[in-house]
Amino acid sequence: MDQLDQLESRSIYILREAYSQIENLSMLWSIGKDSTVLLWLARKAFFGHVPFPLVHIDTSFKIPEMIAYRDKLALEWGLTMIVGQNKAALRAKLTFPDGKIERSQCCANLKSKALKDTLSGEGERHRLNHQTGSYELDDNNTPYTGVIVGVRSDEEGSRSKERYFSPRDKNNTWDIGSQPPEFWSQYKTDFPSGTHVRIHPLLDWTELNIWEYIHRENIPTVSLYYDQGKGRRYRSLGCAPCTKPVCSSSRNPAEIITELKSGQFANIAERSGRAQDKEMGGLEALRKEGYM
Amino acid sequence: MATEHMNIVFVGHVDHGKSTLVGRLLAEAGALPEGKLEKLQRYCERNAKPFEYAFLLDALSDEQSQGITIDIARCFFKTDKRKYLILDAPGHIEFLKNLVTGAANAEAAFLVIDAHEGIQENSRRHAYMLSLLNVKQVIILINKIDLIDYSEAQFNQVKHEFADYLSQIGIEPIAYIPVSGREGDNITELSNRSSWYQGNTVLAALDNFKKQDTDEKLPFRMHLQDVYKFTNGGDNRRIFAGQVSSGTLSIGDKIVVYPSGKKSTIKTIESFNSLPQKAVTAGYSTGFTLHEQIYAKRGDVIVIEKETPPKTASTIKVSLFWLGIKPLSLNKTYYLKLGTSKTKVVVEKILNVLDTSSLAMSETAREIRTNQAAECILSLFMPITYDDLQTNPTMGRFVIVDEYDIAGGGIIQGHIDDDKTKLQAQLYQRNTHWVTGNISLEEREQALKQKSQLILITGDGPSEQRKMVAAQLERQLFSQNKFAYYIGIGNVKHALESANEQTNIADDVSFKRFSEVLNILLDTGLIIIATVANMTPVNLAELEMITSHLNVVTFWLGRPRQEIKDASFIEIDASATADILVKRIFSHIEHSITV
Repeated sequence: MDQLDQLESRSIYILREAYSQIENLSMLWSIGKDSTVLLWLARKAFFGHVPFPLVHIDTSFKIPEMIAYRDKLALEWGLTMIVGQNKAALRAKLTFPDGKIERSQCCANLKSKALKDTLSGEGERHRLNHQTGSYELDDNNTPYTGVIVGVRSDEEGSRSKERYFSPRDKNNTWDIGSQPPEFWSQYKTDFPSGTHVRIHPLLDWTELNIWEYIHRENIPTVSLYYDQGKGRRYRSLGCAPCTKPVCSSSRNPAEIITELKSGQFANIAERSGRAQDKEMGGLEALRKEGYM
Repeated sequence: MATEHMNIVFVGHVDHGKSTLVGRLLAEAGALPEGKLEKLQRYCERNAKPFEYAFLLDALSDEQSQGITIDIARCFFKTDKRKYLILDAPGHIEFLKNLVTGAANAEAAFLVIDAHEGIQENSRRHAYMLSLLNVKQVIILINKIDLIDYSEAQFNQVKHEFADYLSQIGIEPIAYIPVSGREGDNITELSNRSSWYQGNTVLAALDNFKKQDTDEKLPFRMHLQDVYKFTNGGDNRRIFAGQVSSGTLSIGDKIVVYPSGKKSTIKTIESFNSLPQKAVTAGYSTGFTLHEQIYAKRGDVIVIEKETPPKTASTIKVSLFWLGIKPLSLNKTYYLKLGTSKTKVVVEKILNVLDTSSLAMSETAREIRTNQAAECILSLFMPITYDDLQTNPTMGRFVIVDEYDIAGGGIIQGHIDDDKTKLQAQLYQRNTHWVTGNISLEEREQALKQKSQLILITGDGPSEQRKMVAAQLERQLFSQNKFAYYIGIGNVKHALESANEQTNIADDVSFKRFSEVLNILLDTGLIIIATVANMTPVNLAELEMITSHLNVVTFWLGRPRQEIKDASFIEIDASATADILVKRIFSHIEHSITV
């Protein structure tokens, strides 16, 4: 068993535990490389099926290629696709691109709040109709009690302190001081009502592992990660106004792997192109309140 | 390029410098992202804090303001030899559960002791936990040698004192290394300030840890995680899924399901996006299909017939550690989880309780408190399948769940035969001789458009009420096109007893016969409504063993009983009308009988 085999096996085990033990399960799909690897692992775990809905939080500022790629795969792979959005904030233009608030407050509105409401069912859920290819209002607003998320511990300090099964209370808050023990492949899967759990099957994967796996499995990923001839590509994907491409001429996963191992990115943090991390409190403050 | 991978944990008493050492190691070995060190140094300057390497690990704002590690940090690191995941565990007693989380996932450990302060409570406690968690490779780092002026004599004093303690708990450390995290001595290069030490540096010692052997040569074991029957896109595979704990499974192998004793043969090994497989080995998450369509459920253990069989028991002697805030007490019901198997458990007897730091032992304790270890006898509601820890570690260790939380863990030392083990042995024989067709329960359920279910109606109220509720419920299900059948224990009792045994047939025999009949009925895909007076927990355990189905839900009509909160045992106030009782029962089962 090589390292990728070990990582894959543990992630599949966690996905199957979640599916077996958590009643209303969903998976966040940000369309980025990590959550796409997660989706692929789900297809492996369930032998080609994905037996829970995929939730995408659309801030409306995503790069257009991301949305096209999402819908193409959702139709091709027969996914139950749910999209949620903080429409009130968008209508009131309470966003950073509209110039009214700071970046991290914008994340809190368009991501954390939208996510919280979509998970609880208080916000509108839109579901992809596989016959028409368009999104319709979903009449199912049962709260999701478990959410599978593709965060990795090498991304950022507070993520390095996470659990595979990480409980969140009624207000979506993360109590970092008293996290449950996890050992011998046993996880916290019992919860009082009103709370939910975040499940993190990719916690032990590094950015390099992700690309090695994409390469090995030949997983389709959005073209924004690759240089299209202009000497630029995205290393980490988010909203267009807050995510900057990096200078790189890698055109495919194999070239990205070489670049990560020995090239210019060998010693530079992956999220260095993500502006919201640099503000007051950074990602830890955002994550305590429900950010991924 | 290194492809080998290893998890390492740093443990030790609070403030003895674990995070500083890890931070230093990462910095000296060039494992930090560009600019991270400089950024942190500038931050410290601005906030008038002395810079500490520990801040590289203690990422949480509370950790930096209090200057301690609260939770385990994972960091990635590589040498020419292999890749590492380094787990930095907290040393504070309050966070012992975080230490367990780190240490249980490690193949080797560095235990850090402050040379100046000497051995402290958690130096000993953490060493004890390493031995209990079966972390076999341990190196002791005697840190802050700058504070003892690089004195070899003082280093040796701490070393010998700790060696004494370690020998009592069966740990033989690979090495003792004098280090200073703050000054950087002996981390990646030998220091001339401690020239009397010529052993390995921390970095060299790290690469010298041995990779654990894989478990491919042990007998095959796999805890069943689930049975999948996804019908989307015309898929008709019935896949038994799980992660292989040990051994190798191949197409054509004859397998036995433990503890039930049901047998079948491996037809295919299933996977997605890979070439067809003929065999699968330890460590892989996999799935297989079977020739004979036997019933097996989550928690069962798959074993190859011709290999060494595992053990099955319901009274076990264990060695455990307790992390819960509330003490582990006698006569309270908890859950025990071993692999994917799960059963209710009661502590029958506490043999002794150990202070994990002083090793002081008490044989009169009535409960086990936070951070204590103990040997006890546990009584399990349902028998579980296990292996001796020596022969197969992952099959011999368990956790205990108190309400919603994992509150302790332990290892099985042996078992005592009891009534349940005898019954399980009989059932094993029954199932060995059981002849089955090739229609699986899932196929029947799909044809009937319902999930097979046993609805047990019991309690201490009048039998007329139970009968009325059962009959009404049967009618309601039937009118909704469900195939439901009502049967009382009396029917079986009278049907099966001959005239001359009528007077002396014991209640427990009747109950056993009734359970056997329910077992057959449940295999047909029907929804069975059964009535019995005054079911005890012992009855219920026996019934669940005999039917070995997961789909049993019990409704207790009458005075409330002291029972663990449980979705499969529901108490209903019997003073309501039959209509209301039926409605309540239906609301509970509505979900579980739908395909």
